[in-house]
Amino acid sequence: MSDTSTQVIRRPDLSDTRIRRRYAAERRFRFYGMFAVGLAIAMLGVLLVSVCSKGYSAFYRTEIGLDIVLDPAVITPDGKTDADTLNGADYQGLVKESLKIAFPDVTSRNDRKALYALVSNGAGDTIRQAVLANPSIVGQTKRFWVVASDDIDMLKKGFIKRDVPESERVVPDNQISWFDKLVAGNQVQTTFNSTFLSAGDSREPEQAGILGALMGSIFTMLVTVLLALPLGVMSAIYLEEFAPKNRLTEIIEVNINNLAAVPSIVFGLLGLAVLLGVFGLPRSAPLVGGMVLALMTLPTIIIATRAALKAVPPSIREAAYGIGASPLQVVTHHVLPLATPGIMTGAIIGLARALGESAPLLMIGMVAFIVDVPGAPTDPATVLPVQIYLWADSPERAFVEKTSAGIMVLLAFLIAMNAIAIFVRRRFERRW
Amino acid sequence: MNAISPSLAKMHGRKVTVHYGQKQALFDVDLDVPERMVTALIGPSGCGKSTFLRCLNRMNDVIDGCRVGGEITLDGQDIYDQKLDVVMLRARIGMVFQKPNPFPKSIYDNVAYGPRIHGMAGTKGELDEIVRSSLEKAGLWNEVKERLDQPGTGLSGGQQQRLCIARAIAVSPEVILMDEPCSALDPIATAKIEELIDELRENFTIVIVTHSMQQAARVSQKTAFFHLGNLIEWGDTEQIFTSPKDERTQGYITGRFG
Repeated sequence: MSDTSTQVIRRPDLSDTRIRRRYAAERRFRFYGMFAVGLAIAMLGVLLVSVCSKGYSAFYRTEIGLDIVLDPAVITPDGKTDADTLNGADYQGLVKESLKIAFPDVTSRNDRKALYALVSNGAGDTIRQAVLANPSIVGQTKRFWVVASDDIDMLKKGFIKRDVPESERVVPDNQISWFDKLVAGNQVQTTFNSTFLSAGDSREPEQAGILGALMGSIFTMLVTVLLALPLGVMSAIYLEEFAPKNRLTEIIEVNINNLAAVPSIVFGLLGLAVLLGVFGLPRSAPLVGGMVLALMTLPTIIIATRAALKAVPPSIREAAYGIGASPLQVVTHHVLPLATPGIMTGAIIGLARALGESAPLLMIGMVAFIVDVPGAPTDPATVLPVQIYLWADSPERAFVEKTSAGIMVLLAFLIAMNAIAIFVRRRFERRW
Repeated sequence: MNAISPSLAKMHGRKVTVHYGQKQALFDVDLDVPERMVTALIGPSGCGKSTFLRCLNRMNDVIDGCRVGGEITLDGQDIYDQKLDVVMLRARIGMVFQKPNPFPKSIYDNVAYGPRIHGMAGTKGELDEIVRSSLEKAGLWNEVKERLDQPGTGLSGGQQQRLCIARAIAVSPEVILMDEPCSALDPIATAKIEELIDELRENFTIVIVTHSMQQAARVSQKTAFFHLGNLIEWGDTEQIFTSPKDERTQGYITGRFG
């Protein structure tokens, strides 16, 4: 023992300054945290508001009411009323005819052309469908609401400004005056744009829809989930629970971690070279897209699953082994159910990334212009992010709102997908 | 050493050695476990008593880098035989752990799990009967019979440990290994478990690792003292506690080290 009289007894500093400093530090830290969260929410809010405010107008459209003479001489020129004849008739001509009647003072060839451009060149389809549904209306004169052209739609929605000099404006003065006359005659209405949700892509903005890309995305994600989730979870379970720990499994583990960081376009090149080149799978097909994205998602799912398996307390494993459960029973009855929430979280992250991916899909031809809505994973298709990119690249003003609306659909899909995963996670979430 | 005749002993250990990687944890342990008796393994921390316990149902198999040498037999059969199915062995030798570890399932499912995976009950009624009698033997039935569908993790610590005992005896093991079953419990819960161990002795062979010498003295008939990976001394509990032959045993039970 040293000399006790000289030994200084050190006590905690209990002064007010220290306490005040500590409180201030805690307050500052909380403020930083709240600031960060607030900033993140604000940015997300700005993003959502800007996308939605630009995109919502794509969900309604302008229609023009025209009195159309369903002239039997045009629809059924040789008197036959079979479906083929009715289907093949020149309904667009009837629409033009009725415009000519509505504006009798337009006579020059160029003016006529401008007049016909008021309506979509798919306007005749509305008439065709009505006639096919009820052939007896042939011979009558009926009021039909046909889709306006995209420029007129933009004019109506106010995206094309009237005060711009005519030389710089897409819609010339004469079209505006005819349109105003139609408005005055109550021949213009705004309705829900069902085409946007029920059609595939088109060069004409008013006929373009998101359904083709949506179905393409659904098929692609379906293939991705069906391949990546079972393969990823199985690999992770084997590596984590059964594989011996040696040099080989170490190399595999390092490489899986490396694969998670490989740029996605590399997987696209792999798909192009192997899946299309060697195996000759169809180009532009969601089947191939899904396989490529599954390869890309696998490392993420394996890593997340292994982490989730590791997080299951060893006491649960011991308890099950102690009763005489086989290794497989320990995993399937106890470890896997407890790890499911973590696995689902990893799957959400991986699949959300796959859903927003476009680069690898460009490599395998899913960037092609495809009008038909795909009906199977082997049909040519595109996916939502690629569709958004294609529309953003198009010059027509009307594609601006379509681009934003496409993003809205993509976000809705993402939320729906995550909701399913969260539902599964909740079902398995248990406390111990 | 006063080895009992093989016919009386349920399990025999001969020259049992255990290595964890490079480190040797057990040195040539010879120990017999007599049938329908409680054998207590005592000794200071890190002396190898838990390691030896885990050799008896091959729980060390799941630990990486663990090697077991020597011979351990159950009813004369080598349990480290290549041909022996380790899952079947663990069904015959149950285990209760230091920390209560019920499955995050209902009380019923906790007890019913073993009988289910071993195909012990053909009907729901038979399974109900196994669950009821196991919980009764574990002295828990009256406390939980109204809430069998509630999670086993919601019980108190002592109840959870008795649930784990019920879970172990539900598969009718011949031997029950207990690794410090009371170390996480309060004195009242401990007393209940000790009482239970005493009752279970009628039907089961029990090996218990404990840090409490009073507990060893209260519940066991045979006691083995481990020190630094060696079995120093073993014999009747009374003899070990009253007239130990080795001075290290003497020192430990009188509290001079450990």
